[in-house]
Amino acid sequence: MDMLCVKNLSISFGGLHAVDSFSITIKKGELYGLIGPNGAGKTTVFNLLTGVYKPDMGQIFLDGKNITGLSTIEINKAGIARTFQNIRLFKNMSVLDNVKCGLHNKYKYSSLAGIFRLPSYFKTEKMMNEEAYDILKVFDLDKEADTLASNLPYGKQRKLEIARALATGPKLLLLDEPAAGMNPAETEELMETIKLIREKYGVTILLIEHDMKLVAGICEKIFVLNFGIELANGLPQDVLNNPEVIKAYLGE
Amino acid sequence: MRFLSYLIEGIRLGSVYSIIALGYTMVYGIAKMLNFAHGDVIMVGGFVVFTVMSIWGQSPILAVIAAVIVCTLLGVTIERIAYRPLRKATSLAVLITAIGVSYLLQNLALLIFGANIKSFTSVFNLEPIRLAEGEISISGETVVTIIACIVIMIGLTTFIKRSKTGRAMIAVSEDKDAAVLMGVNVNKTIATTFAIGSALAAVASVLQFSSIPSISATSGAMPGIKAFIAAVFGGIGSIPGAMIGGILLGVIEILGRRYISMELSDAIVFLILILVLLVKPTGILGKKYHEKV
Amino acid sequence: MADYIRKISKNTRSNLITVGTIILIYLACQVLIGAGMMSFLMKGLLMQFCYYGMLAISLNLTVGILGELSLGHAGFMCIGAFTGAFFSKCMINVIQNTFIRFSLALLVGALSAAVFGVIIGVVVLRVRGDYLAIVTLAFGEIVKNVLNALHIGIDSDGFHAAMGAGKLELKEGGTMIIDGAQGIIGIPRNSTFTISVIFLILTYIIISNLVNSRSGRAIMAIRDNRIAAESVGIDVTKFKILAFTISATFAGLAGVIYAHNINTLESSKFGYNMSIMILVFVVLGGIGNIRGSMISAVILTLLPEYLRFLKNYRMLIYAIVLIVMMIFNWSPACIKWRKEHSIKDAAFRLAKKVFKARKEA
Repeated sequence: MDMLCVKNLSISFGGLHAVDSFSITIKKGELYGLIGPNGAGKTTVFNLLTGVYKPDMGQIFLDGKNITGLSTIEINKAGIARTFQNIRLFKNMSVLDNVKCGLHNKYKYSSLAGIFRLPSYFKTEKMMNEEAYDILKVFDLDKEADTLASNLPYGKQRKLEIARALATGPKLLLLDEPAAGMNPAETEELMETIKLIREKYGVTILLIEHDMKLVAGICEKIFVLNFGIELANGLPQDVLNNPEVIKAYLGE
Repeated sequence: MRFLSYLIEGIRLGSVYSIIALGYTMVYGIAKMLNFAHGDVIMVGGFVVFTVMSIWGQSPILAVIAAVIVCTLLGVTIERIAYRPLRKATSLAVLITAIGVSYLLQNLALLIFGANIKSFTSVFNLEPIRLAEGEISISGETVVTIIACIVIMIGLTTFIKRSKTGRAMIAVSEDKDAAVLMGVNVNKTIATTFAIGSALAAVASVLQFSSIPSISATSGAMPGIKAFIAAVFGGIGSIPGAMIGGILLGVIEILGRRYISMELSDAIVFLILILVLLVKPTGILGKKYHEKV
Repeated sequence: MADYIRKISKNTRSNLITVGTIILIYLACQVLIGAGMMSFLMKGLLMQFCYYGMLAISLNLTVGILGELSLGHAGFMCIGAFTGAFFSKCMINVIQNTFIRFSLALLVGALSAAVFGVIIGVVVLRVRGDYLAIVTLAFGEIVKNVLNALHIGIDSDGFHAAMGAGKLELKEGGTMIIDGAQGIIGIPRNSTFTISVIFLILTYIIISNLVNSRSGRAIMAIRDNRIAAESVGIDVTKFKILAFTISATFAGLAGVIYAHNINTLESSKFGYNMSIMILVFVVLGGIGNIRGSMISAVILTLLPEYLRFLKNYRMLIYAIVLIVMMIFNWSPACIKWRKEHSIKDAAFRLAKKVFKARKEA
């Protein structure tokens, strides 16, 4: 069963082919790594998948549904959630509220119910709080629920961003360098958390990462991108021993 | 014929707006703040000329020089005392402070000169130019204003492109931190910007109040707002933009006033501004805003 | 029961405290008025506190919660004031019951302002930051200018409208309702202190509840990071327009109350100076702090009155106070100094020293 199927996705910026004929198939429940040197177009792929950029060419299918050209919001509703390379939290809101923003479309009540504190407000808020705390517990953030997001240490901010993305109930989770700036111990812990959320929430994961230890350690398949073009794609041991890949990373 | 004389009137008003707008746009481009008190600096310049000429009975040239000096010093002082402490604060805090400065200047003028509107003696003593057998008459003030505007425009562009200080200004406006690393003195550069902007305001005040010709404590506010809008119209931060925006605004205002409605001319100007921003959200010559994801 | 009290959210508790305080102050004022101990000046100010409080709270929704700078809040107030007053003037002989007529006037004013809130909200989607400040400023000036030129009168043939002075000719026996720069004269004075306080409380509760709900979180998420908000499926368009509309609605309500408290309603009162004054309330009260907006609206309305003894120097001092307060509140150097010299810290340090000294002894 394919969770994500991308065919010939391409975009160029002013003549530069940032991503050229990108095709990938990710099976349900798979943990896929997307690697490549700086400027290879990895984040651009994420931006294309989440509708931040509209592709010049190509198609994106999520769980069999064509989501090409949809807006970011619609794509999130269809089941893709993401984190950002440069952390984008709601800085002036509490940790709990950040996750509750992630639950925005899962638990709904009207603005009027909120303003006049109708029963649906209390009922829904209670459910939201319970689920938000459940998610925070997974990331060991529940003790900091009332802390302002900007006051969290860096590593926890990265985790909170994943928690928020997870709260939207995605089928596919895109993680953009989740371990960036973390020390080896934190990275280790993060790897465990990623494995755990995949099992617990049955979510398919595509992640961009520079930390080869993390990629080789948890990814079942790896896609290597260089200058917007596929360089290699397959099982970790095959990809990482591919001479082309080594050349791209280490230079001639 | 009549249209032509309205057009010239519009260009005159637009030239004044342009000169004021240059001050707004430079300060915005470099200090990233909306200097709401800029309009009131114009008013101060006008009162200096008024004092030197009408009260002390000195020559117009002396009055203009005095206005330029006072406004320049005032601009630098305001920046030093009120804005510099807030350089790293939120832009909203700086905006409110600028509003405070604006109130301060207006009320000072009110205390010194009273609430009455004073008649202003034109600093220029020029014969109007008559064209097309006297059907079109262009006043001396108009001619001087348009020439001054062109000269200032060329001078300022050359200064910014060629001089060391000018290039430092561009550097600070692009990236303050990088400019510091390149050895640019940011405080000095910003102070210079305020000095130039305020000196231009003094020139604008002479041109504007000579044409009206009257002055009061609140006379600077509306031209200030209009010039600010002109700067946004053209794309704030852009010097040719301030020029184009100013002239366009002046022409639209005068044509609107003459052909549509005296009372609605301001509304027309503002409505066109909103429409322009809807089509081009960063003004006519403004840089396109792009957020990297 | 204790469990229940604990369950009431922090927000609800602070709302109750605020509303309780307002009611207590209201009752105290009523007692003072009843005992004839309140000055005439103060009595006149009571209503001002209320509608300026409403304006500050509603502006805080756009500036503090949505994070968009608006310099045209007086425009919404102006629309509410004129439509509400127009309604009252037209209906004064049709609807005899004051309560019904004034309620409808409030509704008309609020709805008209809301319509313009939606329009400006749509503009907001295209324009950002300082450019938006200009658009809102322009909006406020347009409203002021158009109403300044608008003449509407009624005679035996029905309503007539014209732009510009002297263009409207009414038959004999016709009356001018909106008379350009002279505005609307003879509005029934239906606003009372009690009504104003009720609406102030209503504004506070509604906006505070909105902020602390799903919609409020969405609005703040857009403020903090628009791109991230979209990535979690928050409809940016919808919530931006919602925030602007609600903000405009309450400004409109404040306008209706204002108009029914004065005899002559002139559009020239609603220039950008008024918008800026409301913005000053919001910024000094704390950006995003709803209760702070209300308190600063009261203090800053009182301040110029209490500075009256300074005569001509009054507004000068006000300006200086404003500048000094801004620098003291926001300058990084001052913030650092305040932290180092805060009374709380000093007391703490002193206590520590004493404790240490005693231990050593």
